[in-house]
Amino acid sequence: MATGVQRANQVTLADLKGRVDPDWCPGCGDFGVLAAIQKGLVELQIPNHNVVAISGIGCSSNLPGFINTYGMHTLHGRALAVATGLKLANHDLTVLVTGGDGDGFGIGGNHFVHTMRRNVDLLYIVMDNQIYGLTTGQTSPTSRIGMKTKSMPFGNIEAPVNPMSLALAAGATFVARGFSADQKHLTDLIKRGIEHKGFSFLDVFSPCVTYNHDNTYQWYRPRVKKLEDDPTYDATDWTAAMEKSLLWGDEIPIGRFFERTDVPALHAAEPVLNEGPLVHGDLRVPADAARAFIEELM
Amino acid sequence: MKQTFAIAIGGAAGQGVATPGDIFAKIFSRRGLTLNAYNAYQSIIRGGHTLLTIRTGPEPVTNMGDRIDLLIPLNQDTMDRHLKLLTSGASCLYNSDTIRPGVAADGVQLCPLPVSELADISRNKVAQNTLAIGAGLHMMGIGFPALEEVLREQFKKKGESVVAENIGVARAGYDYAARHFTAFPNPLPKTEKRYAVLSGNIAMAMGGAAAGVKFYCAYPMSPSTGVLHWMAAHARKAGIMVRQVEDEIGVINMAIGAAHAGVRAMCATSGGGFALMSEGLGMSAMIETPVVVIDCQRAGPSTGVPTKTEQGDLWQMLGAAFGDYPRVIAAPLDIADCFKLIPEMFNLVDRFQCPGLVLCDLLLSEGRLGVDPEDLDFNPVIDRGELITSVNGNGASDVIATNGGYKRYQITESGISPRAVPGVPGHIHTAATDEHMEDGVLISDEFTNPIKRRAMMEKRMRKVAGIEAAVAPPKLRGPRDAEVTLIGWGSTKGVIEEACEILNEEGISANQLQIRWLVPLHGEAILELLRNARHTIIVENNYSGQFARYLRSETSFVPHGNIRKYDGEPFMPHHIVEAVKEQLGGKTNLSVPVHEIMV
Repeated sequence: MATGVQRANQVTLADLKGRVDPDWCPGCGDFGVLAAIQKGLVELQIPNHNVVAISGIGCSSNLPGFINTYGMHTLHGRALAVATGLKLANHDLTVLVTGGDGDGFGIGGNHFVHTMRRNVDLLYIVMDNQIYGLTTGQTSPTSRIGMKTKSMPFGNIEAPVNPMSLALAAGATFVARGFSADQKHLTDLIKRGIEHKGFSFLDVFSPCVTYNHDNTYQWYRPRVKKLEDDPTYDATDWTAAMEKSLLWGDEIPIGRFFERTDVPALHAAEPVLNEGPLVHGDLRVPADAARAFIEELM
Repeated sequence: MKQTFAIAIGGAAGQGVATPGDIFAKIFSRRGLTLNAYNAYQSIIRGGHTLLTIRTGPEPVTNMGDRIDLLIPLNQDTMDRHLKLLTSGASCLYNSDTIRPGVAADGVQLCPLPVSELADISRNKVAQNTLAIGAGLHMMGIGFPALEEVLREQFKKKGESVVAENIGVARAGYDYAARHFTAFPNPLPKTEKRYAVLSGNIAMAMGGAAAGVKFYCAYPMSPSTGVLHWMAAHARKAGIMVRQVEDEIGVINMAIGAAHAGVRAMCATSGGGFALMSEGLGMSAMIETPVVVIDCQRAGPSTGVPTKTEQGDLWQMLGAAFGDYPRVIAAPLDIADCFKLIPEMFNLVDRFQCPGLVLCDLLLSEGRLGVDPEDLDFNPVIDRGELITSVNGNGASDVIATNGGYKRYQITESGISPRAVPGVPGHIHTAATDEHMEDGVLISDEFTNPIKRRAMMEKRMRKVAGIEAAVAPPKLRGPRDAEVTLIGWGSTKGVIEEACEILNEEGISANQLQIRWLVPLHGEAILELLRNARHTIIVENNYSGQFARYLRSETSFVPHGNIRKYDGEPFMPHHIVEAVKEQLGGKTNLSVPVHEIMV
């Protein structure tokens, strides 16, 4: 993913342990996601000072504070915009964006669509628990019809958004889904997402043990089916991926739905970055260019 | 009074008002004449009414002035609206085939051009424009070669035959004027100076490039879009990443993301777009990552009048992003200052790690001024502040995880904490919009400690004292013991200056206090300057006296009177002169000048 990844001597799990321990509820799915990210970075041996974890606001958005990499804990729904600016300014950095379904598909919906179509090179991990947890339990864009919450005590009457179909339709070049309870599978998806040179979307079922009593671990376990277990599944087939994205109910596919590698990442398509990261560029406008700019006006 | 000459060209949008304006502007500036251009137009692509006023002269011309010397109506509508503005000594050049003149005042010369006799209008749709340019230049006492040179450049891309045809048409107009119209007395002299003609938007874009801006993003919004256009066209030569993005919320967040990685990032918008950036600005303040945001004010509220000017966003700036935080806010005084201010802004925001706001307005953004090219300095001082971009020249790649003692939000006496950017080993931290401790950890991760909260607020706010010391207070211009002191902010500098000149000539001594820095305001210094002022009047382009209210809230100062204009059109010198006279005469203490040009 990062164009100039410098292999370090032995990044270890201990190196990636954050300054503080997560304050998530015991049993929260986000613990599993954090562990998988740390494991993935160790397996890829990416120096932690070259990694930036960027989040919005919410329980899952507290993640950057719990991992020992550079981090930005930004504004509700805005992580992808901040990450786009940061990645374009220094495309040698490995950028991970982490957040929840409310942050990402509600207030962040607009940036979600545009960041995908731009193919910004980053891995976007959404810890999808179909609820707004930090604000104590409101309906989210992925809550099922009929779900009862504090903000819709008589049951949700709005159909949920389908982030997988949305991502495929918006042109995301890597679309995957994981389950926080399946560490090994999730770690593998994270590694693939980081290595993919372009926008990688990874939706992760990450149960909220406090506020979502519908989509629990027990509910997911019999339903999730790994695409990797099907030898006939072709992850380069967009239409097949779209069909899989619509499946819900007794069978819910997880795994790598789709990947294409023929679309340049945004930073690779931008000639201004041909000489290297913007942050290392000369601050001064070349003298002949400056002269030309002024002559144009005379 | 300085010698100036003003041309007003009017027509429907799409009729080609802009091109004659550009041609005149080039000719004047190459003759060493400076100029000030103001375009009154509508939010419409075709039709309606546009009036471009270009005022030129051998000495600095700071505003559109009180008088039109040459009116060139390109359609009947313009003739009907504006002929009555002309006074003795002025002329009106028009296509006599299609336009009927009205009744002109005494001493006004009507100059009918029989366009179809002078050019082949079936082929050349803008012949009337080109004829008028030729005729006008003769009347102004300017030799034809000056026009020929510019026409060659203008039409070069369309081939030699188009060039020749246009030169022929212009010559026909030039010669016709020589035979039939009286030239203006006192032709403008040539000088050896050279001028670059640019809008405030271009000035701010170039100022950004000169300041080392490497990331510019925007969402199109009048009247700020010109900044995006210049940036986009020159990005590759200047080495700047330019992006048009999905909305203004994306703009501010992306700019801050880029800045956080270590580059200078800038964006420009108007009032409605800025409203969407308010939350993002707070992030810049809280995580202490600098960014510069330009607001090109236009008439509000809401969608307002998109093509008209106002100074109505001051309180939005002051109240942006809720909470208390250090920032800088400045209003450029003229188009040359639009260029100069940007590198200054960046040095301040980088040094004090805070947001910086530029309060420009449509008058400057889209107006044009002849500027001395020496004033467009592409080597300004660049001060990045306490920025850490590498670790003692270490190879970096072998250094893992050790954070040593680095605390991104270290409590210091100045309030400034040395800033490491992502990618630097040994300085890992998370920058959070939540209140945080010195090492960046959220205080709510501890126990929302009130002592630490207070300490961090005080650390940030200590930067304010540093900012105040780094910015010069305003100065009074003009006679010390003046009868009247005019106070303005930002773009009204030029027109107030000219009003003071006129007042002084007419025996009313006047001086001027023009405010550039809104934050820091230097209220104490202002009070000191105004302590002995005999009669103070605050001049501004808004309804409620936004600066007057701000000044009072900061200093308790109340002026003797106010002159406020909020019809979307800029002040003309006589508006201020007449208002001063009526206020000194005790008739009122609030004057709202009426705009006589129906645009």
